[in-house]
Amino acid sequence: MLRLDCLRAVYPDLEKCLVVTIMGATAAELHSLGHRPNFFYLQHAMGLASSTGLGLALSLPDQKIVVFDGDGSLLMNLGSLSTMARYQPKNLFHVVFDNESLLSVGGFPTATSTGTDLEGIARAAGIPAVRTVRTLEDFKTAVKNALHTSQLTTIVAKVEPTGPAGYVTDLSLVENRFQFRRYIQSLKRQ
Amino acid sequence: MPVSVTSSKVIFDALKKCDVRLISALPETWLVHLIRMADDDPDMVLVRLAKEEEGVGVSAGAHFAGVKSAMLMQNHGFLASINGIVSFAYLYKIPLLMVISYRGSFGERDPWQTQGGNVTEALLRAMGIPYSVLDSIESVEKRIRQAQALAESSLQPVALLLTRDLMWEE
Repeated sequence: MLRLDCLRAVYPDLEKCLVVTIMGATAAELHSLGHRPNFFYLQHAMGLASSTGLGLALSLPDQKIVVFDGDGSLLMNLGSLSTMARYQPKNLFHVVFDNESLLSVGGFPTATSTGTDLEGIARAAGIPAVRTVRTLEDFKTAVKNALHTSQLTTIVAKVEPTGPAGYVTDLSLVENRFQFRRYIQSLKRQ
Repeated sequence: MPVSVTSSKVIFDALKKCDVRLISALPETWLVHLIRMADDDPDMVLVRLAKEEEGVGVSAGAHFAGVKSAMLMQNHGFLASINGIVSFAYLYKIPLLMVISYRGSFGERDPWQTQGGNVTEALLRAMGIPYSVLDSIESVEKRIRQAQALAESSLQPVALLLTRDLMWEE
């Protein structure tokens, strides 16, 4: 399963969500499908995408928040699973693309390549709905279910360790951040 | 426990007066009353963290959502947050109001706190983070208001150091 195919399959469903991605390949691939003002790409600060999603979810209980995390990033901030589980925001949907690799910094294998089970860790942390998916059909079904249920959900999507040739996009980091905030403020005025 | 309830209340009320509606925190002795006040207040969202760096992400999310926030932590928690401060708050121009208990300074009796005390102000200066040392209750409300205003206008981290003189009664 390719992460790009996963993102392409659910791209239409993201239109009404607030989306936070991790750095590198995940950000570049979502951006390549067509940037939207409701997408925020956290291009550094590994581990904090899920924390950002939590801050959004607790502050905007009526908005669906989707975080596209990765195994390398989540392993840097496993405590975030326990914090998310503690507050269980119903509007937070956490997707972890697990390619068992620190792909964006050279492809070094992460601990999930030697048996660390992120689904098990998420479940044991107290995330109420957790699932691992390995096929595109299962991914699509799991995402649709998660977007239509009111329960904090973590999906671990096992994907190939491949990505785009480059990671730099034409969207400046600060431009992305101001646009994202302005988009959210425009929702409040509606 | 001789942590000052009076000072904690002045700090908490000052944060509320600045319209802070979300507080992330990791418990430590000097912050015990502040955290309880945040927990007891129905108008405040308290996010108890596993590690302080998470608070940078939580505050960024709150900022995007238009909610003013503060981070409550010990100075060792500030040390644990440095990458998040640099590669999120500075990189993306995120305002952070960091309320930091200044352990390991004059009067410290716990040996394990002392090294963090040595480096706190030097690191704040090295990182270009404006900070103010709060050591008397009279100036607390104004300094918090000023720190919050500067964080919002500059879109960067600002720190307040809570000293032993302010937080400890004995």
